[in-house]
Amino acid sequence: MHEVLLVAASFLACAVEMVEALTIVLAVGVTRGWRSAIIGTGAALAALTVVVAALGPALAVLPIDSLRLFVGGLLLVFGLQWLRKAILRASGFKALHDEQAIFAEEQRAARAAAVDGGGMDWYTFTVSFKGVFLEGLEVAFIVVTFGGAQHNVALAAVGAAAAAVVVLLVGLAVHRPLSQVPENTMKYAVGVMLTTFGMFWAGEGAGINWPGSDAALLALLGYVLVVSMVLTTALRRRHDRVELTGAVA
Amino acid sequence: MNHLRTFGKFWYDFIIGDDWRVAAGVTAVIALVYFVAGRGANWWWLLPVAVAALLVVSLDNATRTRRR
Repeated sequence: MHEVLLVAASFLACAVEMVEALTIVLAVGVTRGWRSAIIGTGAALAALTVVVAALGPALAVLPIDSLRLFVGGLLLVFGLQWLRKAILRASGFKALHDEQAIFAEEQRAARAAAVDGGGMDWYTFTVSFKGVFLEGLEVAFIVVTFGGAQHNVALAAVGAAAAAVVVLLVGLAVHRPLSQVPENTMKYAVGVMLTTFGMFWAGEGAGINWPGSDAALLALLGYVLVVSMVLTTALRRRHDRVELTGAVA
Repeated sequence: MNHLRTFGKFWYDFIIGDDWRVAAGVTAVIALVYFVAGRGANWWWLLPVAVAALLVVSLDNATRTRRR
């Protein structure tokens, strides 16, 4: 069960970040040419592979309890960040991610930037590299910590790589931003999973025994889901009240 | 100096995010659980309670600020 959730979490996290990176690469590629965009993307993917390959084995050296305490704590902080943003989006307090709008904005910036002479368009290279590397860094972090705590970085990397391939192929096929992907729902799911695993591993690393042992993971998953849904509903009502008050005033 | 600040800000945003109280709360709760576990107490319930409490406080703060 751990393995299924491990692959699912890294797949979802990578898919959602890749959709965002793809929007940036598509915008500069379509506007300014593909060669530099593809080189920038390739360089960023290579850099991310180095990060995972360097940090993965380094974490594996740590004793499992210390590793789970450290990684669990980090994942819990990280997961609560994702979940907090997802709840704010779902309740209307934060704007939903709009790939079409981001694509248009990136295209505007790409047209306005000066064109370099010579073979390599450094603007396109830099924007593609930064887009893929920065979006991918969160995925690398999740792969290394999730995989490290399970002593199975390779399995987490497989989940992430599968998502990267799927998003890339779909992106190449449709040749426009993947605005139909339910990005906000996916981020919500990743936030719930990271928070659940973070709690479970931090607890184990701190020395507590979860009731029901591994089965507690499913109970925690349900608990985080219910808490987040209750909070989303409550905040949606608060948001509606604020809108109504604003409209009346 | 500017690069150092940008680098530090990137990692702060990356790890800590929008609300430092969440990171501080998580650290404090894990430290407490670790401390009591070392003395033989199994306070497993504290983490789920803390997660709900931190979310409520952080979200309430974020939405109250936005209402002003």
